[in-house]
Amino acid sequence: MTATSTRIGALFATCRTEGRKAFIAYLTGGDPSPEQTVSLVLALERGGADLIELGVPFSDPIADGPVIQRASDRALRAGMTLPKLLDIVREIRRQSEIPLVLFSYLNPLMRYGFQKLARDASAAGIDGVLLTDLCIEEAAEPVSRLRECALDTIFLAAPTSTERRLRLAAEHSSGFVYLVSRTGVTGEQQSVSEAAAPLTQRMRAMTDLPLAVGFGISKPEQVSEVARLADGVVVGSAIVKCIEENAAIPGLNAKLESFTRNLTAPLRRA
Amino acid sequence: MNSVTLPDSLGHFGPYGGRYVPEVLMSPLEELEQAYYQARNDSSFREELSWLLHYYAGRPTPLYPARRLSGKLGGAEIWLKREDLLHTGAHKINNCLGQILLARRMGKQRIIAETGAGQHGVATATVCALFGMECVVYMGEEDMRRQKLNVFRMRLLGAEVVSVANGSRTLKDAISEAMRDWVTNVATTHYLLGSALGAHPYPMMVRDFHRVIGEETRAQALQQIGRLPDTIIACVGGGSNAIGIFYPFVGDSAGRLVGVEAGGKGTDLGEHAARFSGGSPGVLHGTLSYLLQDDQGQVGLTHSVSAGLDYATVGPEHAWLHDANRAEYVSATDADALAAAQMLARTEGIIPALESAHAVAEAICRAPKEPQAVYVVNISGRGDKDIDIYRENMPELDDGASGK
Repeated sequence: MTATSTRIGALFATCRTEGRKAFIAYLTGGDPSPEQTVSLVLALERGGADLIELGVPFSDPIADGPVIQRASDRALRAGMTLPKLLDIVREIRRQSEIPLVLFSYLNPLMRYGFQKLARDASAAGIDGVLLTDLCIEEAAEPVSRLRECALDTIFLAAPTSTERRLRLAAEHSSGFVYLVSRTGVTGEQQSVSEAAAPLTQRMRAMTDLPLAVGFGISKPEQVSEVARLADGVVVGSAIVKCIEENAAIPGLNAKLESFTRNLTAPLRRA
Repeated sequence: MNSVTLPDSLGHFGPYGGRYVPEVLMSPLEELEQAYYQARNDSSFREELSWLLHYYAGRPTPLYPARRLSGKLGGAEIWLKREDLLHTGAHKINNCLGQILLARRMGKQRIIAETGAGQHGVATATVCALFGMECVVYMGEEDMRRQKLNVFRMRLLGAEVVSVANGSRTLKDAISEAMRDWVTNVATTHYLLGSALGAHPYPMMVRDFHRVIGEETRAQALQQIGRLPDTIIACVGGGSNAIGIFYPFVGDSAGRLVGVEAGGKGTDLGEHAARFSGGSPGVLHGTLSYLLQDDQGQVGLTHSVSAGLDYATVGPEHAWLHDANRAEYVSATDADALAAAQMLARTEGIIPALESAHAVAEAICRAPKEPQAVYVVNISGRGDKDIDIYRENMPELDDGASGK
């Protein structure tokens, strides 16, 4: 599947026309509190983010490093739930058309039920769903439920993925494919992984879908470097850390906006 | 009932099991599965493992008639499968020897593991010492406090013990941290998972390395008792000792298989680890099985006096055996297990691990009602590692605790 009719498809189409790359920002829904998520998303958008990955906090985030683990803990302690996150999405949709991807571990969504989730998420204004620990072999039912409600399904590919698995990821993804730039958990790194370029090339040979690269990207130079490889650049932990460090001070939103603007600057120049 | 041929090619036991992990781990798990199938079909691998199980670990373990315990209860004839007599003091060594040989075949030089009670950590540190491999064991901070002796044993054996301060600071968090290490270092590292849990092929592979328990039990029962047992009882945390002793009996039409979970100190979420009575299907640590979770799909906290049973999900093959009505799952409370340990110590001169004491508690509960029956109880480990917890809970026996 290549073309999609969601805001995600429209975003990458626009980017292609304009010859620019998309900036994808991750934040954990409900961190530091559910009341702040709407304004933080709007701050990310003002800072130049093109697409938001909204994390559903989970008690046992095995693919995440300490920064996002702490964010999940804060969000859960603040009472964050999937139904509340969908309320937040409805609120965001009153103010913004930015593409929104629900980013989650499987269990909270499975508990909610995929048929109901697909309906409710789509109605709330979610555009796509990415599940960190849902391998493609187990994904038939969730994918068909989500697609029935016109939601994109985004799968991950990693440096360890065999050719067969890259093909599976491409075949089952819509909207874009998420390339994990290195083996490891989420978190900032000194430099862009050497595995990012070969992985992007291998995947490019498989599909025309937009490719986004994430994991370990936290600085404008790294954004710029990854933008030369891929159609989208994902920054997660650095954004979550900015929220964590400024959570207690007034002006968090302005701080996050300027932090994001700094990260997205290389993409505007390009 | 054809679970002898399970799991399917994707690791499913009925609807349970499977492989729910980040994509980074998918190809390595496929590689591990292929390496395991090749090893299983290689007679030199099987012979080396048998040799180690015999000369290094001390197999076969005895099937021992617990005459004084049976006499005291005045009912069923209780036999004990003495896995506590193995090297390192628990059944865990069976799986560790199998996986370390596999790791060596795969050219991995670094071994990581999780541990709850410390028995699997000690067994892993032991086989790493034996094969000269680097060993890192993840252990919850709370479990390190509860199991100081095993922490020291692992270090004495040359392992690095990494304290995990996340979440409930127990086995669940140790597994999460080990998985994060594996995601990061998968090229050089084998994750020596210690129970019949996690993503395919682990539940199948760990079961296969422990089925020797049930195979021996079967042969020993026929030889020593002249018939197969009516009931086999084993404790179930992840469920490796239980699936090991159950598996060779699963294809029989008769014979009850009884798994005993930790009933902890109450029935509210957070007070126990009774997944079958308190849980529902969900995904944790790579597998779909019965899971203690809240209504939002967040994993529940657990409690057991026994660190090895203190875990929110259960091996997927047990979930299948449960739904297929081939095994039944019950629970024993902290208090039941402590009392059972004391009774076994005083009637048979055997101090069981707290985990195994849960199985003994169930036998004590059932035996008086079934005078004609023959039971086998799997004594999966010995109680030396639990002496500090026994002391805390039996202050009347402890001079050091007097006046507290």
